[in-house]
Amino acid sequence: MNTDNTLLALRGVVKTFPGVKALDGVDFTLRKGEIHALLGENGAGKSTLIKVMTGVYRRDGGDISLEDKPIHPANTGDAQNLGISTVYQEVNLLPNLTVAQNLFLGLEPKRFGCIDWRRMNREARELLAGYELDLDVTAALNTYSVAIQQLIAIARGVSMSAKVLILDEPTASLDADEVASLFKIMRELRDKGIGIVFVTHFLDQVYAVCDRITVLRNGALVGEFEAASLSQQDLVSHMLGKALEKAVHEKIEHADAESRDKLFELKGARSQALEALDLSVSAGQVVGLAGLLGSGRTELCKLVFGVDGLVAGDAELNGQHVRFTNPRQAVVAGLGLCPEDRKKDGIFGPMSIRENMIMALQNKRGWWRYIPMKKQRELAERYVKALKIATSDIEKPINQLSGGNQQKVILARWLAAEPRLMLLDEPTRGIDVGAHAEIIQLIRQLCAQGLGLIVASSELDELVEFSDKVIVMRDRRKVAEVSGNEITQQRIMQAIAGQPQAS
Amino acid sequence: MHKKFLPLYVTCSLFALLFAAGAVQFENFGSLRVFMNLFTDNAFLIIAAIGMTFVILSGGIDLSVGSTIALSGVIISVLMQNYGWHPLPAFALVLVLGTLFGASMGAIIHYYQLQPFIVTLAGMFFARGLSSVISEESVPIMHSFYDDVAMFGFELPGGAWLGSSTIIALVVLALAIWLANFTRLGGRVYGLGGDAQSAALMGVPIARTTISVYALSSFMAALAGIVFSFYTFSGYSLAAVGVELDAIAAVVIGGTLLTGGYGYVLGTLFGVLIMGVVQTYISFDGTLSSWWTKIVIGLLLFVFIALQRYLVGRGQKSR
Repeated sequence: MNTDNTLLALRGVVKTFPGVKALDGVDFTLRKGEIHALLGENGAGKSTLIKVMTGVYRRDGGDISLEDKPIHPANTGDAQNLGISTVYQEVNLLPNLTVAQNLFLGLEPKRFGCIDWRRMNREARELLAGYELDLDVTAALNTYSVAIQQLIAIARGVSMSAKVLILDEPTASLDADEVASLFKIMRELRDKGIGIVFVTHFLDQVYAVCDRITVLRNGALVGEFEAASLSQQDLVSHMLGKALEKAVHEKIEHADAESRDKLFELKGARSQALEALDLSVSAGQVVGLAGLLGSGRTELCKLVFGVDGLVAGDAELNGQHVRFTNPRQAVVAGLGLCPEDRKKDGIFGPMSIRENMIMALQNKRGWWRYIPMKKQRELAERYVKALKIATSDIEKPINQLSGGNQQKVILARWLAAEPRLMLLDEPTRGIDVGAHAEIIQLIRQLCAQGLGLIVASSELDELVEFSDKVIVMRDRRKVAEVSGNEITQQRIMQAIAGQPQAS
Repeated sequence: MHKKFLPLYVTCSLFALLFAAGAVQFENFGSLRVFMNLFTDNAFLIIAAIGMTFVILSGGIDLSVGSTIALSGVIISVLMQNYGWHPLPAFALVLVLGTLFGASMGAIIHYYQLQPFIVTLAGMFFARGLSSVISEESVPIMHSFYDDVAMFGFELPGGAWLGSSTIIALVVLALAIWLANFTRLGGRVYGLGGDAQSAALMGVPIARTTISVYALSSFMAALAGIVFSFYTFSGYSLAAVGVELDAIAAVVIGGTLLTGGYGYVLGTLFGVLIMGVVQTYISFDGTLSSWWTKIVIGLLLFVFIALQRYLVGRGQKSR
């Protein structure tokens, strides 16, 4: 092996948490000037490995060396000083400070013992120019989009004389153009000799930008591969630890929806955020919502669920007029919503799986009809089993579960309340391949049980797979409705891009 | 104009407006003398509120300020009257003790992950109780040094007076602005108040920053206690009850967001001055009960919190 080129080397790293061996003798080698994908299912140990590299956790065994010198980062500041910077999925910058302050926090240029604001702002502008960003660096960070904040975070990481740049799912909340410009910058940085660790759930992106791939499974190393010589199918089976049955892409029998009774209908409905649109869902039908980020998918879910009020138009549930002014009314009427931002809007972090699950049912019954503890336990146990939620105990706080399992708990929460219409906003975001397939399986099952579903997703292949009807959103408007056999990725893409129908 | 300075402008203009209103209504109100008296009467509050500003910017709160003011006054007066200390070493001791007191509260908050509210509430009872134990009676201060310092100052036109406590308050203000906006510690304090977790991941030393902030606040409270003793010429264990709440009110009226991360030290000065001008207005009027001050300040607080809510809400929408 070419050791001269080795930048960061982890050998036999062990990390144990009470009851779990999160990392069991993992090796990882990052070379200078490469983009190295770190892959694995949720719970495989990717996050733990990164946290060990960046000093958030202390390792319990093994060696880490940077440029052949052993290192022992004790905290993130320490790791940064050594040249290891991390950009997280949720941008971890300070929204209240200016762009320039965010870039230089901790390393502000000084003059006569004072922070030299003028120089700091000038240097910030110069730095961002290297990323083709022309921003007002004196404006607060939160005036910019997540994509730009992410680039600012990368710029910060690199400017802190980074040798190693770790990108932890940086693309999860970016749209296609933004991803492309991120990749361009990643390649430029690679060519400057920086070693980049790239964690993602999008396998296409791995092949688009990575040189080598390291796969982890259950806290152990599966192997290190050249990206060019590993097929996507092999990669997935390495990640899952079993040969994947060829992903089922054959079309399901489309429910003959129009003949059935409408379950929920919007007629000319408008909210503060959306222009007037129509929408109808029947029982046993899956309506997909497609569109780019910010196109109005989430806003549509919010409108249906009563988070955003109806400004004009009409909503009907089972043929009856309804006008939800808050989500509680929607819940009582039999709706459920799995929100896009699971962490912020979905889970009650420190509460147990059981408590998270009974939440919706209890709310629906009202607080004076307490669900007996025995019933709660039964319910939780039943759903843990039914949805294959990987946990040792239903009393475990939900924030200790992986993303996919959290999503399943939220699904269970609504299923326990026996809804008639479920809204799933990006149900598979940030979820690994295995859980992804299970959630799609679940969507189909629910549909077969006669539930109406509205599913917003940015992954077209997945929409095509389960939708009976796809509504395409653009610029907060409904631009197309595709149903039946017309549902193809190409057709949806054309609608998103605003091209006329090819036929 | 930068949008982020908006609350600061609002506070400054409100002060100018109130002062102008008083000047129109009462003869002699619109003078430099009345203006300077606002500083003389509120110097200790300005100092305490500046310390509070840092705590609130960092996302915390300090309820021990009033008690610390009383405690430092009592310690100084007892050391001087009962033990014959010169004021200067007594001041030094009080400032060091105050700083240590704040630092330990900060350490407890950080290392035990406790709510600042409850820790400083405990600090408040502790300091108040300790000052009563040291002396239940008010201890008068008689020392030529005190007379000299209290008399020290500069005559300004119109019979206005720039006294020693005003000078101290202004120096503290200048240093605090420097600390908040021109040092790395300042950036860290804002960062901590913005998002503590992100700040930690960006390499901000959370422990050191938290401890510094509370140490600074208690140092300022001890200093405010010294300035207060020049004003009252005594140390009394029941003095300055509720001053921490006045300080919090001044910080909020000064445009600092109570949840941390946004605000300016200069705003706090105007927050105190607004409270002072309301008080002056009521004493000029002569017919109103002085409790009207509290009512007006209550209303102002409410208006400012509503204004912040509105600004924050608008800021998020524009994203």
